[in-house]
Amino acid sequence: MKRFRGFVVKEFYHIFRDYRTLLILFGMPAVQLLLFGYVLTNEIKDAKIAIYDPSKDVATRKITDKILSSGYFILEKNLNSVSEIEPVFRQGEVKLALVFETGFAGKLEKTGTARIQIIGDASDPNTANMLVNYATGIITNYLVSMNAKQVPSQIIPEVRMMYNGELKGVYMFVPGLMAMLLMLISALMTSLSITREKELGTMELLLVSPLRPSQIIIGKVFPYVFLSFVDACIILGLGNAVFGVPIRGSVALLLLESFLFITMALSLGILISSMTSSQQVAMLISLVVLMLPTILLSGFIFPVENMPWILQILCYCMPPKYYITIIKSIMLQGNGIVYVWRETLILAGFTSLFLTLSIKKFNVRLA
Amino acid sequence: MHPVSVRVDNLTKRFSETVALDDITFHVGKGELFGFIGPDGAGKTTLFRILTTLLLPDRGTCTVEGCDVVKDYKRIRNMSGYMPGRFSLYQDLTVEENLNFFATIFGTTVHENYDLIKDIYQQIEPFKDRKAGKLSGGMKQKLALSCALIHKPEILFLDEPTTGVDAVSRLEFWEMLKRLKEAGITILVSTPYMDEASLCDRVALMQNGRIMSISTPLEVIRNYPLTLYSVKAGDIYQLLGELRNYPGVHSVYAFGQSAHVAFKGPANQADLAAWLKAKNHQSVEITPIEANIEDCFMELMTA
Repeated sequence: MKRFRGFVVKEFYHIFRDYRTLLILFGMPAVQLLLFGYVLTNEIKDAKIAIYDPSKDVATRKITDKILSSGYFILEKNLNSVSEIEPVFRQGEVKLALVFETGFAGKLEKTGTARIQIIGDASDPNTANMLVNYATGIITNYLVSMNAKQVPSQIIPEVRMMYNGELKGVYMFVPGLMAMLLMLISALMTSLSITREKELGTMELLLVSPLRPSQIIIGKVFPYVFLSFVDACIILGLGNAVFGVPIRGSVALLLLESFLFITMALSLGILISSMTSSQQVAMLISLVVLMLPTILLSGFIFPVENMPWILQILCYCMPPKYYITIIKSIMLQGNGIVYVWRETLILAGFTSLFLTLSIKKFNVRLA
Repeated sequence: MHPVSVRVDNLTKRFSETVALDDITFHVGKGELFGFIGPDGAGKTTLFRILTTLLLPDRGTCTVEGCDVVKDYKRIRNMSGYMPGRFSLYQDLTVEENLNFFATIFGTTVHENYDLIKDIYQQIEPFKDRKAGKLSGGMKQKLALSCALIHKPEILFLDEPTTGVDAVSRLEFWEMLKRLKEAGITILVSTPYMDEASLCDRVALMQNGRIMSISTPLEVIRNYPLTLYSVKAGDIYQLLGELRNYPGVHSVYAFGQSAHVAFKGPANQADLAAWLKAKNHQSVEITPIEANIEDCFMELMTA
């Protein structure tokens, strides 16, 4: 036990004397969260639009007002002819153009139909799609309010978004970020710290010492379990304090699940370091094999349901996917273990698999 | 012969195509200071790694203090001290922290075995708060030795401990080894420096994975079969080149500012002097000399 403690103390010296490691450990969670929370949102505000309105009557003015006061759009230019649309788009500032037909209000009054053309700049399809939807929604709203008295029967859908009423992107990013950072810190840092000993030749001395392989592995892993935990708390705390991401379920359960995930990531890290003896290779494997799938194939950014079936199968082999599902369920829906036991079990399975593999593969000799 | 500490019989180790150790046999007595001399790639490091249980032998048997390197590797790890060829301590830890760390993982304390390392450690103690990575070569090596000794090993494996260390520190280091030997510790040490061979009890000359000879330094010198002269002249490079063409010469080596010229049988000193004069060499000095250990190894290695 004393040997083990000595070993852990040494590991902490390594971590705290390397300011780069420290920066990654504690700076990254905060920076990433703030980045994802503030900058990288998929909500669009203040998109610039151009309007061509040859009628300039009550109806067109009202619609224009509604659109401009929605907060989504800013009027960049009033166009004088249809032929100006193309050049305006080419300049790149304007993302959407509205074209009213002539005699708009009159036609609406007489025939009950008037036309508006909505033209989007689809060189960025997602943005164009969203802006068109916003604009259509506003126009429909206007129509409904105008016709409220005349149309005898209509169905008005009352939409309520459960668990994330304002559809904030940050609600989705916090769980994803937890998975990503815990994976990175746990797997990357342990694999680096073990391969560093191999590179410096100190592993030779550790092997020749009476330390058992399990002592070396657990001693290496222990500080990072602790630090990853601190990181998990930083992300949760920041998410809660700065962005108001709720933790509706039990915090204890959340931390326990995180502990399980951290252990899984750490054993992956050891596994990686047992396959290579250079820090560079370990880093490459960690980044490519672990980070990319965590970001792309875990449902963090892209929904799993929309992927081709081959990728979907791959997604189901990614431990972070289950972790994200679990913490989303606990944080946003306030669920208990009853709802996430299946994912927890799968995660536990991954953990024991990787841990057994890594201890088995750890060599008590060189090469 | 005293009781045997290290026993190696017919040891062979290969790495895919290369044969690192080829059918090696030797025994080291308890309390002996045993040296391995040989150029890079002779197989010294591989041998040390097998003896410290870091590598498995392909063929043959090795025992350290009666323990088999394959089966009883845990017991060997408890009682041996190892200093790898490359400086392998934690560079970001201070001198004192390194020492404490190695003491703890061997289940002891610095205080407990301070006697053994006192002589060595005292020299670096003024720098005990300095990071190991910032030490000079000689101090690094003293620290590494202290760390290898801190658990009071019965046997020490030192792989090229003096490589990259200045001449004064090298001398001091061998003084320390002598004291450790007096404390009863068996020491196996490898070195590429032939002059260090004379400081060992017995020396094994290694080349291409084989042991060419094992004997005491005195025996090595006594068995030197050639007649040797030291030749000095103004231009040493030209001298070396021309001496090789002198009829009857067996070998010529540069040795500091003089050339060591060996003949298979007796040679005429005056003839050689005249021959060199004829070749325009100024202030030629020729003296018959006793072979030193380096002359002997050079001869053994070319044989």
